[in-house]
Amino acid sequence: MKIHIRNGRLIDPASKTDKALDLFIAAGRIVGVGHAPAGFEANSVLDATGCIVCPGLVDLAARLREPGFEYRATLESEMAAAAAGGVTRLACPPDTDPVLDEPGLVEMLTHRARLPDFAHVHPVGALTLQLEGKALTEMAELAEAGCVAFGQANRAIVDTQVLLRAMMYAATFDFPVWLQAQDPFLARKGVAHDGEVAARLGLAGIPVAAETIALATILHLARETGARVHVTRISSAAGVEMIVAARAAGIAVTCDVAIHHLHLCEMDVGFFDAHARLDPPLRSQRDRDALRAGLVSGAINALCSDHTPVDDDAKQMPFEEAEVGATGLELLLPLTLKWAQEMNLPLVTALARVTSDPAHILGVKAGRLALGAAADICVFDPAAEFRVTRENLRSQGKNTPFLGFELPGRVRYTLIDGHLAFDGTLS
Amino acid sequence: MQKSPQLNSHGELQHLLTIEGLPRDVLTHILDAAAPFSEVAEREVKKVPLLRGKSVFNLFFENSTRTRTTFEIAAKRLSADVINLNINTSSANKGETLLDTADNLAAMQADMFVVRHASSGAPFLIAQHMAATGRDHIHVVNAGDGRHAHPTQGLLDMYTIRHYKTDFTQLTIAIVGDVLHSRVARSQIHALTTLGVPEVRVIAPKTLLPTGIERLGVRVFHDMREGLRGVDVVMMLRLQNERMQGALLPSTQEYFKSYGLTPEKLALAKPDAIVMHPGPMNRGVEIDSAVADGGQAVILPQVTFGIAVRMAVMAMLAGN
Repeated sequence: MKIHIRNGRLIDPASKTDKALDLFIAAGRIVGVGHAPAGFEANSVLDATGCIVCPGLVDLAARLREPGFEYRATLESEMAAAAAGGVTRLACPPDTDPVLDEPGLVEMLTHRARLPDFAHVHPVGALTLQLEGKALTEMAELAEAGCVAFGQANRAIVDTQVLLRAMMYAATFDFPVWLQAQDPFLARKGVAHDGEVAARLGLAGIPVAAETIALATILHLARETGARVHVTRISSAAGVEMIVAARAAGIAVTCDVAIHHLHLCEMDVGFFDAHARLDPPLRSQRDRDALRAGLVSGAINALCSDHTPVDDDAKQMPFEEAEVGATGLELLLPLTLKWAQEMNLPLVTALARVTSDPAHILGVKAGRLALGAAADICVFDPAAEFRVTRENLRSQGKNTPFLGFELPGRVRYTLIDGHLAFDGTLS
Repeated sequence: MQKSPQLNSHGELQHLLTIEGLPRDVLTHILDAAAPFSEVAEREVKKVPLLRGKSVFNLFFENSTRTRTTFEIAAKRLSADVINLNINTSSANKGETLLDTADNLAAMQADMFVVRHASSGAPFLIAQHMAATGRDHIHVVNAGDGRHAHPTQGLLDMYTIRHYKTDFTQLTIAIVGDVLHSRVARSQIHALTTLGVPEVRVIAPKTLLPTGIERLGVRVFHDMREGLRGVDVVMMLRLQNERMQGALLPSTQEYFKSYGLTPEKLALAKPDAIVMHPGPMNRGVEIDSAVADGGQAVILPQVTFGIAVRMAVMAMLAGN
């Protein structure tokens, strides 16, 4: 299959390219940028007039809910959402049921996900058995089965000795360790940022110290063990400062932020909107501003969707009883564009945070439009609006605090390994 | 920001969910409306027909005898049919969801839900669900949700203060005790600041105050003696026994010593200061019996006024 994407504005953050260039694809790879290779005859021409052609998005956190939570979402439903959102590669956290702590489960998941319409899936293996924070998993075996990193999803390792040893063991093989920084004691029973809104609404608070204390532990142990640490879902200004300071002190640490925390704050809980029940909680406006600035400067390396489809029954509950999480695969691109607009950021920089930068964290050669690279491509119309409604979301999870928003950018085509996985001109 | 779910499309009060955000004239209107209802209780036939033919469901997901009883009396004095449901949510077998319960009762032609729930915001969820499904004839009254709000308690407290003190804009008022876990305190604070009380104080140890409480417009005191100096009204809060666990407080004895209202501490307030308590009281924990039974306490009148205020609220929302 030979494809010609014509008349688009090509943005490739990895090579800092932002130019009107056609793209030529053959056998699943990019074979021409700007001009066709000799003798190229396209079987299919995709019109990208008025559109931006960029690498397919790389999402560092998307829960596919398989295995175990198929009533919430299935691979089919969430992969359709990924393709519709221009996401061609994603990492999925290990908090499935059963937990991704056995090579067989990881193999089954990657095998099930290997369909032409499906984004590339990189499972994050459990760092400890059952995510219980007690015993190590067979990391080497899990890595062979396809795990790119090891983490705890949003369950903390309470015992710091176990954490130290888990990081040491991972460092032995140079496996990246992905950890969310939240002290389970300070976060106990908490459901919202410990601030003005929680005080007003009578919700139990999670203080910023829950993040900074856990982060201090993680950073100290990272220095101690030399483990490659990636901090997931940073939520506070103080947290960003600590990351910056740690890097200045020579600790190899990266971090990401979720789309929700980049755009929303504690005020968005409104009148107990369970869609805004997230983990970590939405924090103050000041924290949000620091996250937005941190993602611009690169202090925060990547933006992710933290996609968590939740069924309606688990959300239509009083705020504190509702399940945490929000759907996000289809909002990653529009919310990246919204942030870029609001921060006056060149698209080539903004798109780096959802393409080449997260690919770098994953340690895969992806998220770029170079000659010979896999043809994972997103073509989107930046001028078109995406209206967030239950009907417009392909994900089985309709749970998002952005319902009703008009967001910039609509995906026209998504290609995965040169295969047209989504065609927005049909809908 | 979403529109307040307690107002209907005409901006009128459809539900009473919280005092926060209600304009001063609405609060004053409710207090004014309550006055004639307190006279109903004096009559031989303690009934008016304002809710005749209406069904009021007391939906109590958390135990409460006093609040449920006063709501029941209020509804009966308005001639409503009252159905009491005590739904134990603590049972392991959770059964149907909150909204399923509400839907089922709505299908029984309920006109009003009086809701008590352990989770903050639960009555909002029911109100929003009723609005989303076009059942605008159903009114929801929050009878206490988690730590969030207890608006009729707040209103009856205002009624009590007005009864004894007349002008809100001349008062200094102290709220003492477990503000962190108290829905009563939050409703009192919103009501007092809305009615123009120039100085609202909260007195508590740091472990019993929510972060950012000052932003609600209160002055924070940790020393009870200092905080009580010159106040017109002392509003005590109930301290629940389980607060002795979880490292919030060392002991009831020490709490009483620092934050219990004794005659000696009360003497620091104005000589004509009144003492209030939402009940049930823990004598010897937050309040000394000498104060609870003393001449400055207006704790029993609060209960009586509570019925009139709840009648006023119900009549205002659903009256014929």
